[in-house]
Amino acid sequence: MSEETNAAAGTKTRQPALEGWFTLNQDQPHLIGNQCNRCGTYYFPRARHFCKNPACDGEQFDDVELSRTGRVWSFTNAEYQPPPPYVAAEPFVPFTIAAVELAKEKMIVLGQVVAGVNPSDLKAGMEMELVLDTLFEDDSAEHITWKWKPVASNHHES
Amino acid sequence: MSHDIAILGVGMHPWGKWGRNFTEYGVKAARDALADSGVAWQDIGFVSGAATMRCGYPGYVAGATFAQALGWQGAEVNTSYAACASGSQALAAARSKILSGACEVALVVGADTTPKGFLAPQKGERPDDPDWVRFRLGITNPTYFALYARRRMEMYGDTQDDFARVKVKNAEHGFENPNARYRKKFTADDVAASNMVADPLRLMDICATSDGGAALVVSSLEYARKIGRGDAVKVAAISTVTPTYASAVIEMPDIATDSAAVVEAHSFRAALPVKAYEEAGISPQDVSVAEVYDLSTALELDWMEDLQLCERGQAARLVRDGVTKVGGRLPVNPSGGLACFGEAVPAQAIAQVCELTWQLRGQAGARQVNNAQVGITANQGLFGHGSSVILKR
Repeated sequence: MSEETNAAAGTKTRQPALEGWFTLNQDQPHLIGNQCNRCGTYYFPRARHFCKNPACDGEQFDDVELSRTGRVWSFTNAEYQPPPPYVAAEPFVPFTIAAVELAKEKMIVLGQVVAGVNPSDLKAGMEMELVLDTLFEDDSAEHITWKWKPVASNHHES
Repeated sequence: MSHDIAILGVGMHPWGKWGRNFTEYGVKAARDALADSGVAWQDIGFVSGAATMRCGYPGYVAGATFAQALGWQGAEVNTSYAACASGSQALAAARSKILSGACEVALVVGADTTPKGFLAPQKGERPDDPDWVRFRLGITNPTYFALYARRRMEMYGDTQDDFARVKVKNAEHGFENPNARYRKKFTADDVAASNMVADPLRLMDICATSDGGAALVVSSLEYARKIGRGDAVKVAAISTVTPTYASAVIEMPDIATDSAAVVEAHSFRAALPVKAYEEAGISPQDVSVAEVYDLSTALELDWMEDLQLCERGQAARLVRDGVTKVGGRLPVNPSGGLACFGEAVPAQAIAQVCELTWQLRGQAGARQVNNAQVGITANQGLFGHGSSVILKR
């Protein structure tokens, strides 16, 4: 990042691109899900009103922070600029996407992968952790989202 | 009690990017189906339309739109919307009407006019809509197709060359189909030279969106016999089941699967044909030909396994061995599939039934499957919509 953009970024507020979907703890962020207090099913995004488990008529949910690490189920990238409401940088920079399986919640969650990681760097089963990063910037704010990042132990010395 | 109904007539408007009103395609397909059936338009008791969401109010009431365009004659109408399964649900509505005795012969029609480029969500800030959220995060339809494709590579050792083989095979089939939009014998080199869209899928691995129309004239078996068509191809089963919680596979447009922490995970795609096989009393071993929803080349391989036409992980081998080509033991997408058609959502499931009807009648010309006795379709769309239809001689 150039000093100029650093300076510009410094004046901007950081705000979640999706309000209430993740904690804003920069070092140990978590996705915010919830859990049916009758059957224990997890939800992300959070369930409202009714439990979707057909065998459960629960209507009360407790917020939970989901596991912030999981294993790669599959992965891809976006080489073409997605249509709005995606907000693309000029010029568009392709990004990697991973589907990551959370063991405790038994749930697969999609997310962009941090810049610099290509599909060729990923394998099914690889351990990933959740980080916060910029989704897009506009004149007033830096809009933050969750992204997946390979955990350090995956990197083999070359 | 038999659930069978007869298919008396089929018709299509060629797929393309014609840019005209969808009604025109639907009427052309309907008139062809009526002519093929020998049934007069005035004798149709029920018009079952598949809706399009992209062509304004006439699209929402497609059944009435087609009935009016064909000339109001007093028939009852219905319109079904179920994303990619709209055509099958329109067929299911006609079947219910026929089997209940409320109507003897019905017309089923679907047609669409599509915009260019990626399918995009409705406008506005709508964070409660999963379709809006995933586009905001940069997750398009090809993202999901690519995740499934990559999963096959990671689990079964499929390669991009295997996916290209599906395209080459379908291109050869579609070359012989006058209703197909793309009629060119693409090679593996052509596929490899096309732009990467969502790794590992290239532009030629992913289907386009098209304009097109398809129609069926269907009746009770008694009516078919009465008009001397007792030998008509029959609809033996229609499955339009919804998924069973919890989803095992990440489904468009969701950002996450359901949690399988307290309930078992189920694959929706695999569940769709199960009900169809049960209803028809037909087993996967009896299938002679299949028309599946190849939104991507790799997805055709998933469908072959979901339809139980081979063991999990074996589909690519069947393609390599030429089994799924016309002339092989079990041809898949003899029409050319979405690879050669592009998706015209409300018409597509009906078009699959048109192709199988021609195949089972022995009228498919250069793409004819040898001795086709039983055919099965499969498709899946957004929000738990999907279908599988079985036809038999």
